[in-house]
Amino acid sequence: MIDVINLKKSFGDVEVLKGINMTINKGDIVAIIGPSGSGKSTFLRCLNCMEDPTSGQIIFNGVDIADMKVDINIHRRKMGMVFQHFNLFNNKTVLENIMLAPVYTRCQELKKAKRHNRLAAFSKKEQIPVTTTKEQIKKEAREQAMNLLKRIGLEDKANVYPSTLSGGQKQRIAIVRALAMNPDVILFDEPTSALDPEMVGEVLELMKQLAEEGMTMVVVTHEMGFAREVASRVVFIDEGVIKEEAEPKEFFAHPKDVRLKEFLSKVL
Amino acid sequence: MGNFDQKVNKFIEIFWEQNGYNKVLQGLQNTLMIAIAGLIIGIIIGTVIATVRVLPKYKTLPKVLNAICSFYVALFRGTPMVVQLLVFYYVLLPIIGLKITGVQVAMMVFGLNSGAYISEIMRSGIQSVDPGQMEAGRAVGLSFGTSMIKIVIPQAVKNILPTLGNEFISLIKETSVVSFVGAADLYVAFNYIGSNSYEFMVPYLVMALIYIVLVLIISLLIKLMERSLKKSDRRN
Repeated sequence: MIDVINLKKSFGDVEVLKGINMTINKGDIVAIIGPSGSGKSTFLRCLNCMEDPTSGQIIFNGVDIADMKVDINIHRRKMGMVFQHFNLFNNKTVLENIMLAPVYTRCQELKKAKRHNRLAAFSKKEQIPVTTTKEQIKKEAREQAMNLLKRIGLEDKANVYPSTLSGGQKQRIAIVRALAMNPDVILFDEPTSALDPEMVGEVLELMKQLAEEGMTMVVVTHEMGFAREVASRVVFIDEGVIKEEAEPKEFFAHPKDVRLKEFLSKVL
Repeated sequence: MGNFDQKVNKFIEIFWEQNGYNKVLQGLQNTLMIAIAGLIIGIIIGTVIATVRVLPKYKTLPKVLNAICSFYVALFRGTPMVVQLLVFYYVLLPIIGLKITGVQVAMMVFGLNSGAYISEIMRSGIQSVDPGQMEAGRAVGLSFGTSMIKIVIPQAVKNILPTLGNEFISLIKETSVVSFVGAADLYVAFNYIGSNSYEFMVPYLVMALIYIVLVLIISLLIKLMERSLKKSDRRN
């Protein structure tokens, strides 16, 4: 689904990623671990071009999204992202947070279709069938959002603003906000690092559920337990390159790379 | 204080009996219209400029736009309002051949001028919003512009509301120079009363009072607005 080919990224003179190759297939749960400053977050942020790669290719569903000419917004809709600091929209209620992007993008498509049809009526071209209305889109998005909130047990929080929520609640809402776009893959950037220890569990539990449902996930994490139990593959990034990549059992039981051995001895 | 009573009586005579209040109302209306139009135009221009200034700058177009905006801000912040009014009214408009009233010119110039100031206010407001908000917007597939309009700017405006209120207050006060281009504001109205009674003390004191009351009312409105916008904060 995602093919990363020789990805490099520099900030000024500092080369953070020095040529990374990776293939992520449908249903994969890739855990990325590594010391801080190793480039693992940068790598994740390059996957949906939050940081523009300096060189290399990122083939997502057959399109090289690292190409600056590609309309990245369309592809990002199929790549959810969850941040360390949640980044819920502070000026929107929980429900609005979840509904905003789905409603907006579908309304844009609707507008585009209608504009096309108006023009097509003159030139006798084929019409795009318009089967929905703005109200319909909003209604569907609201239902979907409420279902997602029900799933995480926060439907009573639908109309409050994010500032009144706990970190764990915010992060779970951020995850379902990503889910609301029906993404092909979700990128997690240290989703539990900013949480109080007692709230880590609820977020990991939700992520585990998604994994069991077959969602493709790329997770930068410090939670070795999660990497070991849930991931289908663990990747160790250090000094801007992939030092080791293996299934979790093999990865934790028989690490080969020296730096990885050192790293694991510190964190486990 | 017999002298003062006399002055007050003279003022009241002209104000009530010789239609002075009509002029004052007209002046008040013009003052408010110029300040409000200036603020609205200023907010629009300011927001556009501020947005251009926070655009990522590794392409040519944002760089060029940024240079234009810098020039604009330097121009309008570097010259006094009176000079801008005079240049527009007596130089630029005759050149273009446009015939508009002093009030309309004043609205335009006040808008352009406050646009330069508001752009800086707005920029600091936009920069005060956590960059994560923009990232989250982009991450769900919204464009830079949409994320800006739907997420960042509403939060920025909330942060800068007190400063925007100050800008509006100073706009109201600055309208007292629009008589330079023949717009009849409060100053013109009270000056009329003063020159008809040969007595300026009371009219000018009343004028000052009206300005103070205007500003107090606006401060109150801003406070109310701030409170209603705060509802997405925890402390409300």
